[in-house]
Amino acid sequence: MGGLIKSSIARKVAMALSGLFLVFFLLQHFTINFTSIFSADVFNELSHFMGTNPLVQFALQPVLIFGVVFHFVMGFVLEIKNRNARAVKYAKYSGGANASWMSRNMIYSGLVTLAFLGLHFYDFWIPEMIHKYVEFAPEDPTRYYPELLHKFVSPVRTGLYVVSFVFLALHLWHGFASSFQSVGFNNKYSVAATKFAKAFAIVIPLGFIIVALVLHLNHNH
Amino acid sequence: MNLTLKIWRQNDAQSQGKIVDYPISGIEGDMSFLEMLDVLNEQLITKGEEPVVFDHDCREGICGACSLQINGQPHGPDRLITVCQLHMRSFKDGDTIFIEPFRAKAFPVIKDLMIDRSAFDRIQQAGGYISVNTSGNTVDANAIPIEKGNADDAFAAATCIGCGACVAACKNASAMLFTSAKVSQFALLPQGQVEATDRVLAMVNQMDEEGFGNCTNTGACEIECPKGISLENIARMNREYLKASLKG
Amino acid sequence: MSILDSKIPEGPLADKWTKHKNTINLVNPANKRNIDIIVVGTGLAGGSAAATLAELGYNVKTFCYQDSPRRAHSIAAQGGINAAKNYQGDGDSVYRLFYDTVKGGDYRSREANVHRLAEVSTNIIDQCVAQGVPFAREYGGLLDNRSFGGVLVSRTFYAKGQTGQQLLLGAYSAMNRQIKRGKIKSHTRHEMLDIVKIDGKARGIIARNLVTGEIERHSAHAVVLASGGYGNLFYLSTYAMGSNVTATWKAHRRGAHFANPCYTQIHPTCIPVSGDHQSKLTLMSESLRNDGRIWVPKRKEDAEAIRAGKLKPTQLAEEERDYYLERRYPAFGNLVPRDVASRAAKERCDAGFGVNKTGEAVYLDFAAAIQRYGEEKAYTSGVDNPTKEEITRLGEDVVEAKYGNLFQMYEKIVDENPYRTPMMIYPAVHYAMGGLWVDYNLQTTIPGCYAAGEANFSDHGANRLGASALMQGLADGYFVLPYTIGDYLAHDIRTGKIPTDTPEFDQAEKEVKDRIEKLMAGSGEHSVDYYHKKLGKIMWNKCGMSRNEKDLKEAIDEIAALREDFWKNVKVPGEANSMNPELEKAGRVADFLELGELFAKDALNRNESCGGHFREESVEQDGEQKGEALRDDKNFKYVAAWEYKGAPKDAQLHKEDLVFENIELKTRSYK
Repeated sequence: MGGLIKSSIARKVAMALSGLFLVFFLLQHFTINFTSIFSADVFNELSHFMGTNPLVQFALQPVLIFGVVFHFVMGFVLEIKNRNARAVKYAKYSGGANASWMSRNMIYSGLVTLAFLGLHFYDFWIPEMIHKYVEFAPEDPTRYYPELLHKFVSPVRTGLYVVSFVFLALHLWHGFASSFQSVGFNNKYSVAATKFAKAFAIVIPLGFIIVALVLHLNHNH
Repeated sequence: MNLTLKIWRQNDAQSQGKIVDYPISGIEGDMSFLEMLDVLNEQLITKGEEPVVFDHDCREGICGACSLQINGQPHGPDRLITVCQLHMRSFKDGDTIFIEPFRAKAFPVIKDLMIDRSAFDRIQQAGGYISVNTSGNTVDANAIPIEKGNADDAFAAATCIGCGACVAACKNASAMLFTSAKVSQFALLPQGQVEATDRVLAMVNQMDEEGFGNCTNTGACEIECPKGISLENIARMNREYLKASLKG
Repeated sequence: MSILDSKIPEGPLADKWTKHKNTINLVNPANKRNIDIIVVGTGLAGGSAAATLAELGYNVKTFCYQDSPRRAHSIAAQGGINAAKNYQGDGDSVYRLFYDTVKGGDYRSREANVHRLAEVSTNIIDQCVAQGVPFAREYGGLLDNRSFGGVLVSRTFYAKGQTGQQLLLGAYSAMNRQIKRGKIKSHTRHEMLDIVKIDGKARGIIARNLVTGEIERHSAHAVVLASGGYGNLFYLSTYAMGSNVTATWKAHRRGAHFANPCYTQIHPTCIPVSGDHQSKLTLMSESLRNDGRIWVPKRKEDAEAIRAGKLKPTQLAEEERDYYLERRYPAFGNLVPRDVASRAAKERCDAGFGVNKTGEAVYLDFAAAIQRYGEEKAYTSGVDNPTKEEITRLGEDVVEAKYGNLFQMYEKIVDENPYRTPMMIYPAVHYAMGGLWVDYNLQTTIPGCYAAGEANFSDHGANRLGASALMQGLADGYFVLPYTIGDYLAHDIRTGKIPTDTPEFDQAEKEVKDRIEKLMAGSGEHSVDYYHKKLGKIMWNKCGMSRNEKDLKEAIDEIAALREDFWKNVKVPGEANSMNPELEKAGRVADFLELGELFAKDALNRNESCGGHFREESVEQDGEQKGEALRDDKNFKYVAAWEYKGAPKDAQLHKEDLVFENIELKTRSYK
């Protein structure tokens, strides 16, 4: 396995698999968030489950964190290796002539997403951890929705979230579809799979943006 | 037409290179890009300067020797051709043209625009063959029927001319398209099955050792490949590699 | 004048090769390990020979000027490779392939060699398929064949229009396997600059490392030259820019006889020259003549108007066009052999009917084919009363399916749409049938020095048939040379390693260095290309498609004068001890300047017309064949092998009489 992960293809597959895992997580996250714009109760209920279920908390959550960290670290490692593979740069390089902006700038869309994750952790995950595992505060199953609403009062934060989701979309636009190719999936279903991935890359981030905007507007009404 | 050429000049692998400007006039649209460089070189020689060194040989798009990055694209702005097939009618009077070598750490510059692509040879030597001796009594050629679709795909992969445009175009200087073309050719043929596991492992390993970057599926290689080698080959190599790793 | 010993084995034609293989000496495997062989050139012949010799156990060193063996110019062969497999069941056989090749070569090749070539042709296909060469296949999964070059059977195996590439990659992969085993040491970007003889035997080479400029010594028990043909003598040709005669010429200067240099093939369908900047001519596959009709305007005024750009070819009515091949050769029409088609095009252009700016082009017109295919297609796809536009569109689709890539290539180069306006074509130098004289074992007149592929003279006579060059290169490399060389090396098993610190190597190296110094010393007025272009002009105008005594004599003097001027006034910039392409070119052109003279001398000597060699003095005087080439079997049924004696014009002629025991000599007629 050590030898395997050293090879370029193994790394590429690892990136693809961790990415696919995160895509799956994103879908789940979005589903819960989405409930917040039409039912505070459903949202509270689901959030309460996720926040207190030991399987989620002590098994899935570490796996998720590992997946996130792995995807980022591997992304950085590959980026550095790839930059080194061309020691002298071109004086003129027309990257746009043969590849999309999204595919060429995964590191930047990824970095924005990483920065956003920092903000997001600061906003939700860290307070949550402190709440549960530092202060051992008593659980109130109805606290989630008001807390959520509160975060989207600020137009600046809402704006930051919206911008970040745009970058997430750019990242997914290339990353999701490309992960099929990385794991060797290229056959007669590829066109359909790619279409699905591109649709996902737009619909899910757009959904997150809608959720953020609706929450922001809800509060101000 | 009159043009300004910005050409990378570098004395040898050890020295520092730089872009040098050369104005040139009297260029006709019917000239090939390399013939335009011939004109420049003739002028440089007459002036007592050293001509620009570049690789070229067949000048009909098949040997894969020519390897120029023109205005930031391997083999220039046109598609499905090599530099030697690019004609000056693709440019217009007054244009400035950047001419650089294909750049990759694994392709060190020998002089000016000439690079060392022996890394490609070493990848092939690692396993890009079928181990069969020349005996004159191998089985009859028609004893191995091959499904036409596979035969055609194998041929399409085998048309790679080894020019290195895929590496030059790739933002990561990855050699996946080249390596996968060779792996695919044999993976698609029954003759190639016996050594399939060792072949893909050895060739990918050599590719990595040469210092090429990783594939990030930008697809630039496929667009710039003068022979239109498909990205499907990379997916096929990924599959073959995974299969071989799990087996080995 | 000595008699050359061709060492053709005794016995019936069909048994000669088998018998020969059974009786020649072999080297035992343990001894092969102690024997080194140098192979110069890594195209089809050199690559396949190197791989096979290494498989057998010899230590092989290969040399090529390209950066990789894979780039040798064999790669550019488009059409295919012949083999007497008779997979189509159309009556093909080894004998027929043999017969077609001898006849196509206008009875100027050796029967025994050609028969051997035809015999091993079938092994080549088996071998290449086993290596994974992706030949074209039918839907049933079996190999496809096409007919080529006007022969009566379909025996040509192909891989789209890239057969040479696929075969070369096959040979290259076989080499790679041996490189990995350590049995081949591959020296790329190296150029052989001399052959080293010790006690009369070839024992090594002097090579220049083209990257560092270093002069290197390499020793071996035998040297194989597979360095290709010399067509770049004409400057403009379909050869690669780097193709050269240097390796074989150096061997010639050291004692290898050069045979039939005047036999060169001029291919009728190339894209014409567009201007003085032209560096290279591009071939359009011969297959285009299956559907294209060749013509020029009937009236000179129309030709002039077309050249001036005042008239378009499509404006000329049918009766205003001269389909001169169909007119002169009603039986074969546009499908006459290469040499005939080329000469006919030249004749029309010389008479003032040429159709491009320079007046050196004829039309290859697909309008009739598009119309014909369009009507067929409309009928078979059930279109009733198709309009003219529909027919054209359908016809264009058919033509695109057949020749799409060629049409696209044409459009890229010429910037005209060949579906709408006729293509312009003109003949160009394409292949050299002449080369180093070799005996049946492919050994030159230097013991231990062998020549394979286009570098030797042996199999194509005075004219090569389509799809036969690939066959010969691989036959020599895979199946002939690796066996015959053992007969010689069997005597070398006790020789041991050949040292390179001997007076012979010292002397050869010194000569190479002196020559480089002399090339670099010229204070210089003109570039190397200036001389190469001038030489090309002399060759093309006076030793080209049609030759006569006066021109050839002038050419000999002009080339000698040009050579003298070259050595005085050539300008080679840069340094000798680094990468210096101008220096490489200078050395090659210096050799061409000698070969050119020998070429003209050989053409002058051969006062007959045969195959690619046409002497204006030797034409049929009357009858149906009036004006056509006249072969003279009584006086010229021999191989002209030239021995180096200083200046090329002093070369001494040796004759090898060609004996035809199995084939009756006939006049080629295409009327």
